[in-house]
Amino acid sequence: MISVLLRRILSLAVTLLVVSLLIFLVMDLLPGDPAAIMLGTSASPETLAALQKELGLDQPLPVRYLAWLAGVFQGDLGQSYTYGVPVAGLIAERLAVTLPLALMAILISIAIAIPLGVQAARHRNGAVDLLAGLFSHVGIAVPAFFVGLLLIILFSTTLGWMPAGGFPGWSAGFVPALKALLLPAIALALPQAGVLTRVTRSAVLEVMNEDFVRTARGKGISESAALWRHAMPNALIPVITILGLQFTFLIAGAVLVENVFNLPGLGRLAYQALSQRDVIVMQDVVLFFSALVILVNFLVDLAYLVVDPRLRAGAQ
Amino acid sequence: MRKLSRRPVLLAGIVITLALFAVALISLVWTPVSPTRLAIADKLKPPLASGFFGTDQLGRDVASRLMVGAWNSLSTSILAVAIGATIGTAIGVIVAMRRGWLEIIVMRGCDIIFAVPPILSAMMLGAFIGSGRFTAIIAIATFMVPVFARLTLGAALQIWTRDYVTAAIGMGRPAEKITLVHVLPNISNQIIVQVTIQLGLAILTEAGLSFLGLGMAPPAPTWGRMLAESQTYLGQAPWLALMPGLAIALSVMGLNMLGDGLRDIFDPRDNS
Repeated sequence: MISVLLRRILSLAVTLLVVSLLIFLVMDLLPGDPAAIMLGTSASPETLAALQKELGLDQPLPVRYLAWLAGVFQGDLGQSYTYGVPVAGLIAERLAVTLPLALMAILISIAIAIPLGVQAARHRNGAVDLLAGLFSHVGIAVPAFFVGLLLIILFSTTLGWMPAGGFPGWSAGFVPALKALLLPAIALALPQAGVLTRVTRSAVLEVMNEDFVRTARGKGISESAALWRHAMPNALIPVITILGLQFTFLIAGAVLVENVFNLPGLGRLAYQALSQRDVIVMQDVVLFFSALVILVNFLVDLAYLVVDPRLRAGAQ
Repeated sequence: MRKLSRRPVLLAGIVITLALFAVALISLVWTPVSPTRLAIADKLKPPLASGFFGTDQLGRDVASRLMVGAWNSLSTSILAVAIGATIGTAIGVIVAMRRGWLEIIVMRGCDIIFAVPPILSAMMLGAFIGSGRFTAIIAIATFMVPVFARLTLGAALQIWTRDYVTAAIGMGRPAEKITLVHVLPNISNQIIVQVTIQLGLAILTEAGLSFLGLGMAPPAPTWGRMLAESQTYLGQAPWLALMPGLAIALSVMGLNMLGDGLRDIFDPRDNS
């Protein structure tokens, strides 16, 4: 078990290194000088040279990469050009919005999808199953940012129950902050729930036909005990897989939904960095998001090892 | 046709997808009004009061803009998926042929590319080469490459274990020829299904990109930008958001249903 874990961690470290190199190379090879992009067209050659020196752009490429990487390891992600503050601090500040948003969205989508998927599988071809099928077809097709707009039309402009956007900050108190995140989290959660419902349904259907569930039924245990005690733990494996795979789309959705609701999160930071041509912030946010996706998939891999003893044996 | 009526999902998929393509193609030669014609006096008219779906904040005809938007969205998505599917499939079959260290490197590479959502790569590209249709296509296509590489590799590896391939190897056929004659034709069904489903995903992504202003440049109407522009008028003119949003959802749903339906036909075992 320990050696499996060590090998996985080593592979994770290599992947993260390659990602950092790739992002650095892409940013470097793309036409356009970051200093010139940041300063715009009106800058004098002296200012340009000074900024190039400040950013270390006069150094050769390997030196720049290693310097950037060394900085990342020390928690120094460089200075934001437009904000004039360390990028690490900016990211941490914005993470306090994006992370709770993503977590809420995942929880809401699980709370909808697992009961719905299980009920659909138990009453196959019944009314609930049809409803669940329709829900997942629509959920998968509707962009999260459109759901966001619909929620604003319904709950803000029509009913006036919820704020149409903005974030009061955690300092304004737990409840107001959570309230500001509720509509965006629902918008993010619905498309995810569509995918998850479908996967839960087919996973439960498949497991309920397995021999060990039939044996359990044969021993005379109730249908719901067969479902929750024997079938569900096994059906969770594909559900966890999809949660991991969907994480990339959750991040992409968060970028859009934050812009719909005017939330000061990481996605909005990236968007603002784009319009302000703050290349360093851009580079760091992309690295951060990619690392997050890779880390989540690593944790999903670990979750298999916990859930499925066969994989534990196989990996050794 | 009798068979088709027993497959409601496939039928719905075909009808919606055909309608989408028809609207997109018709928009090239005819729209009720020019999609860029301004008529400030007629601004923010509700559906049917002026034109079929009303007018936007500049008095432009929403129905005409939706039609041209269909073409813009579809053509961008088709190009992106075509590029991604071609490169990804080529990588998949070549790796299946060679295996070894190449397989490990390519699969790791797929994990890495998959970790960067197209929205972010489009932002990264946009910062340097500017945003526009080209940037959107490259960003979406890049994301599609690992999707198709993984799918093709998995499917191709299965074909390589079949008896008729072993026989072909025994007859001394070169690996390239086996790939072209045996592997590709036998995995084409799976690729077609995936193309259909990824086309839906591409439309969703393109909408997201143009919502952020990373898609086609104005004044070309795109569904994403129509949604972005509708945000200011959600209270007075909610149809400005509803129409393009429903167009996106319906198109993606149609393509997904078509993909699901095709999969059921190609793989009857899965049809439990």
